[in-house]
Amino acid sequence: MAELLDRLQRAELPAAAQAFRAEVKDFIAREMPPLGADVRARSWMGFDAAFSRKLAARGWVGVTLPKAYGGAELDAFRRFVLVEELLAVGAPVAAHWIADRQSGPLINKFGSEAQKQSYLPRICRAEVFFCIGMSEPNSGSDLASIGTRAVRTERGWVLNGRKIWTTNADKCDYSIALVRTSGLPADRQAGLSQFIVDLRLPGVTVRPIVDLSGDAHFSEMFFDDVLLAGDALIGQEGQGWQQVNAELAFERSGPERLYSSVVLVDAWIRWMRRNGQIEQHAETLGRLLAHLATLRQMSIAVTAKLAAGESPLVEAALVKELGTTYEQEIPSIVEAALGASPGQPADPELLRAAAYLSHMAPTFSLRGGTREILRGMIARGLGLR
Amino acid sequence: MFAEAIASLLQDRCTPQAVRAIEQGGSPAALSAALEESGFHELLAPEDAGGGGASWPDFHRVIELCGAHALPLPLAQTMAARAVVRAQPLPNGWITFAPWLVREADGSLRAGQVPFGRTASHVVGMAGDVALLLPVADARMEANGVYGSLAASLRWEPDAGTALDVTLPAARLQGLAAAIHASLLSGAMKKVFDLAMGYANERAQFGKPIGKFQAIQHQLSVMAEHVAAAAIAAEAAYHTEDQGLPAYAACAVAKARTSEAAQLVASTAHAVHGAIGVTEEYDLQLYTRRLHEWRMADGSETYWHRALGALCVQRSDALFVDLAREVFA
Ligand SMILES: Cc1cc2nc3c(=O)[nH]c(=O)nc-3n(C[C@H](O)[C@H](O)[C@H](O)COP(=O)(O)OP(=O)(O)OC[C@H]3O[C@@H](n4cnc5c(N)ncnc54)[C@H](O)[C@@H]3O)c2cc1C
Repeated sequence: MAELLDRLQRAELPAAAQAFRAEVKDFIAREMPPLGADVRARSWMGFDAAFSRKLAARGWVGVTLPKAYGGAELDAFRRFVLVEELLAVGAPVAAHWIADRQSGPLINKFGSEAQKQSYLPRICRAEVFFCIGMSEPNSGSDLASIGTRAVRTERGWVLNGRKIWTTNADKCDYSIALVRTSGLPADRQAGLSQFIVDLRLPGVTVRPIVDLSGDAHFSEMFFDDVLLAGDALIGQEGQGWQQVNAELAFERSGPERLYSSVVLVDAWIRWMRRNGQIEQHAETLGRLLAHLATLRQMSIAVTAKLAAGESPLVEAALVKELGTTYEQEIPSIVEAALGASPGQPADPELLRAAAYLSHMAPTFSLRGGTREILRGMIARGLGLR
Repeated sequence: MFAEAIASLLQDRCTPQAVRAIEQGGSPAALSAALEESGFHELLAPEDAGGGGASWPDFHRVIELCGAHALPLPLAQTMAARAVVRAQPLPNGWITFAPWLVREADGSLRAGQVPFGRTASHVVGMAGDVALLLPVADARMEANGVYGSLAASLRWEPDAGTALDVTLPAARLQGLAAAIHASLLSGAMKKVFDLAMGYANERAQFGKPIGKFQAIQHQLSVMAEHVAAAAIAAEAAYHTEDQGLPAYAACAVAKARTSEAAQLVASTAHAVHGAIGVTEEYDLQLYTRRLHEWRMADGSETYWHRALGALCVQRSDALFVDLAREVFA
């Protein structure tokens, strides 16, 4: 069979990870703030620095980072369990999420010793938050065409350009930006580098963008002659593309690509119980359960590859595409169910949760790479390109 | 090791020509004898009882290959029957399952759409929670008339068959029967996927292989996602255990997920193949016809979604994610 499918091998969460679950559940039961379903529905888009600090105090931010830098040194499987439990209840994790998932591991892998010492302990204490500066107004799917540029001068690197759709940039301390350090946009992948940009530096302007739900969760970032110290470069000059790709395997494979809408299922079930409607929708619930149980197995299979130190980009793309389709189906189904009996009073909290997820559902298959791009990657993985 | 052995045997003996001949009413004796000689019937029996000592995951890999070769005999059910019925010897020959037997008002027993009803010699059925061994020769058989189908509905006189010495709720055998079809479906879908990939790379239109067109690539990418999901769901079922059999809820997920994928995989494979795919002489149809039949066999996704929904309804205490996790725990 196609080699790609053979590579997606069933794996199991090790016993240590299973045992870890009880600890996480216990923590959540005690520390999770009481939030309505509509707030929980925001979960990894919901910024709550205080909750992130509570997690950090428990040792659960920067969970895979080495103990020497303040991390918990948990394996990828235990991180999977932690993430799964937090998302299952819609915990507000956005503040530290990107640093925990991407920026921290990136700095740990490619950063200098001084960078690790400087940033990693602060990440693990949830003192500093990171955002991802990849997309630009003219570079979305075609990320290799970016034009934001850093030029080496005697004083350091001078950064000019503009980033967009940067999740939570307005609330973050640093952005890891992918920029051009040599060549032209036409040179594509060559000449790209990554920088840690302190968002408080002169010349940086961050402007939040209001979305259709009334939230302002992503932003534009403008860089006007921003002077970066020499040690702002992360990893090697010209290796930005390779570094970003290693990062994307983490971004695409996790439970957040299955669980964006799962809070709504629980809220819907509660509502159906109250209204005596649950039997009527049992078949739909069963289908959602069959899909989720299966997707979990697939996500664990990718996690096992990450745990083994691989960079399973195509496998992650495959799971993400299927997973986000699932995430999008849930609000669609619930919306239809809520409107199935005209004239019936609605539960406003459930309605708000369903509305929020219906409004945002289109983004599930955009953020982290669009459906079309991922299908193209899978096709390449299948050898069709 | 079991998988390699059966793979080469099926490769040699269960050729597309052989499958076609048996579907059209030819004798399965030669293929049957080859499989019997190889001892595969006793795959799941313990080694000290002269069996293969295979685990359920080994079994799954073997059945996937039966699905991928469109094996027209109930090898999987026969192996499983011997694992389920340990207390007494079962007759030689091919055994299939009918876990939803209906006792009619006149006492006669009816089994609708028994998989491999046309090539099996015996049926292990469940009438309520009573397990029965029923010879196919004693039944009135109604072939379903679907071109090439090996399934048939069977009806027995009230006193037919013998009670089997197994205590097994009907649901357990239903789950196992469904899991078997999940593995068969998974194997057949992998085969269909390979055929579609091969064809996309080979067939040229507008001066290039059709696999170079983005629209075709996307269809194949989505197909790959569903084949991968189906395969992992089917496999995962065999890594659960409840009193010696794969657990009921896991079997339910496996059959629901594979059945749902089967429809998409079959239709996409035909779309990619164009007209040639629907011809009798091209092999694709051997597998896609089975995808449709097996999607329904031992419960379609509609049946198993309802069964899983019933589990959700019972569990008012649990988070949805916990339910999803426990299925394969
Ligand atoms: C909620 C949200 C959060 C985000 N957060 C971040 C963030 O923190 N940091 C960051 O850097 N970015 C972020 N993004 C940006 C995201 O990565 C981009 O939106 C995405 O890569 C698509 O780019 P685009 O929006 O410019 O769309 P475009 O690239 O313009 O695409 C528009 C449409 O054309 C299709 N298309 C484009 N090229 C092709 C092709 N070759 N073949 C077929 N179809 C094609 C696309 O699939 C899409 O359907 C976020 C986006 C969203 C929605």
